[in-house]
Amino acid sequence: MRTLVCIKQVPDTKNIKIDPETNTLIRQGVESIVNPFDLFACEAALALKDQLGGTVTAMTMGPPQAESALREVMGLGVDDAGLLADQAFAGSDTWATSYTLAKGAEKLGPFDLIVCGKQAIDGDTAQVGPEMAARLNIPYVSFVRRIVSCDGQEMTVERLMDDGYDVVTFKLPALVTVVKEIGEVRVPSFKNKMKAKKCPVPVYGAADLGAEESSCGLEGSPTRVVRIFAPKPRDNREKWEGEPEELAVRVLKRLSADKIITAAID
Amino acid sequence: MDYFLTEEQIMLRDLARQIAVERMLPIRAELDEKEEFPHAIMSDLADADLFGVVVPEEYGGLGFGTMENCLVVEELSRVCSGITTAYAASGLGAYPIILFGNDDQKKKYLPVIASGSQLAAFGLTESTAGSDAAGIQTTAIKDGDHYVLNGTKQWITNAAEAGIYTVIAMTDRKKGARGATAFIVEKGDPGFSFGKKETKMGIRASSTGELIFQDCRIPADRVLAREGMGFIVVMKTFDKSRPGVGAQAVGLAQGALDEAAAFAKTRIQFEKPIFSFQAVQHMLADMATQVEAARALVYSVARFIDSGAKDVAKVAAMAKYFPSDVAMKVTTDAVQVMGGHGYMRDYPVEKMMRDAKILQIYEGTNQIQRNIVGQELNKEYGRKK
Repeated sequence: MRTLVCIKQVPDTKNIKIDPETNTLIRQGVESIVNPFDLFACEAALALKDQLGGTVTAMTMGPPQAESALREVMGLGVDDAGLLADQAFAGSDTWATSYTLAKGAEKLGPFDLIVCGKQAIDGDTAQVGPEMAARLNIPYVSFVRRIVSCDGQEMTVERLMDDGYDVVTFKLPALVTVVKEIGEVRVPSFKNKMKAKKCPVPVYGAADLGAEESSCGLEGSPTRVVRIFAPKPRDNREKWEGEPEELAVRVLKRLSADKIITAAID
Repeated sequence: MDYFLTEEQIMLRDLARQIAVERMLPIRAELDEKEEFPHAIMSDLADADLFGVVVPEEYGGLGFGTMENCLVVEELSRVCSGITTAYAASGLGAYPIILFGNDDQKKKYLPVIASGSQLAAFGLTESTAGSDAAGIQTTAIKDGDHYVLNGTKQWITNAAEAGIYTVIAMTDRKKGARGATAFIVEKGDPGFSFGKKETKMGIRASSTGELIFQDCRIPADRVLAREGMGFIVVMKTFDKSRPGVGAQAVGLAQGALDEAAAFAKTRIQFEKPIFSFQAVQHMLADMATQVEAARALVYSVARFIDSGAKDVAKVAAMAKYFPSDVAMKVTTDAVQVMGGHGYMRDYPVEKMMRDAKILQIYEGTNQIQRNIVGQELNKEYGRKK
């Protein structure tokens, strides 16, 4: 089984500050990390490899320094990696990113499975994985919290929903995006880290991928950011404290008084 | 201080630091409180290849030396000396096989220990044999192509948690120290069982207990080195392991200094952070100086041992007792700097102070270490006459 994991190098948002003038992230001097959800994607792919054998390849689109993110996941046991780096990719929105990544997956592939994190912690769009699947014309399941079974041909997963979970069975090749419930990310091993240090990481530009430059980067990005602002806190909120029984009655009375529900209250 | 570590040493140290901070830190207080063995952390350390640091590469290890072992132990102990004891005791159990095992023994046991799939343990101490190792009562009597072991080992780290044990027993009591022999014992050997798990003052995440041998029959090929070489096995093992205890002490003391200094920056009294008071600064200065002196000693001795030096008993003893005395002093002072907060279990330094005490006791009390240094000095100055 050949699996591809797509990762992104992001600023460590634990230590990030927002510019109060522009409402954008201050990126200068902020350490870069592998997007945490992408580490869960690596864990999911490596757990499948432990079970079924095969290989796990990591891919990222980013500036040359994103190579360090690829080497980091190789320390976890990822076998090889490819870096998609080109001036032409700069300024990509999710649409252009998914185009470039899909081209990369074709170049490095074929793969039986592509695993992505559910979203990146900088942009938080959760769009790139699904868009990539659409571009590759393969099925996708997002928010996967557990891989129930996989035999290399077919896969059954649990998809986390607000009100529980769905069980979905689908044929491979396919793409899944995973949530943190997929399992704690393993620690790197010293032997893998040594291997990662020495392993070459090939770099692919637009021409290497056969990508049309007009579909990449800023030029290929229909998204325009008009304004970024912090939402106003909602008004009319009340905080009640007390015993659960007493509060439950109070909620019921209030909802009934506001005619949101019809209830008989003794 | 820059100790001019190699790139590999830095990678190894950083890997140990990552596991310590990400995995050990969140659960150290709970493990201490519940006296619970850190199975999950042992599994992480195994995944990271860290049980193989000193195991030669041909037997599945990383093939590093005393210095690298010290770097890993120091980083782990900076966060939790209890968990570190469980880790380091596996190394202590492995050293006799690394140093004295024949090829078959190494092939059979070292890959298992290096992978972390089984922990090792070292069984020397008995109720009548602590500092006086010659007081060992456990016997091993040859019976055809087997030995039959009888006796009880006490205060053995990793007792019931390990799978592979190096055990010292008397094969010929008449010969005294020259009648002791080292054996490899496996969990599951007939007649081998475990006694009670001790409750301890500190290092409570580690497991300490009895090994009980009742007509325990093991094949004769489990002898390490030769019959009668038991105490040589012990001494050479301690030469390698004692700087590791020193590194454990350095890490523990550093962890306590880190806590005390960070606290002193934020604790306001008399409208100022207490760090600004000279009385506190002098305590922190002494703590930092002692930690650095201990670290410098441990690293120097570790590098000296790794250079292939022959007679290292004296310096190995120095690298055990000085840092562990420092750790006791520094952790006590860390509690003092933090005052009432330091004494409470809400902060980690009271645990660090409890954890420090054992480092002055186990793997040879600090008094025994001074004996070793003193005896070596006596020999050296005798020769120079």
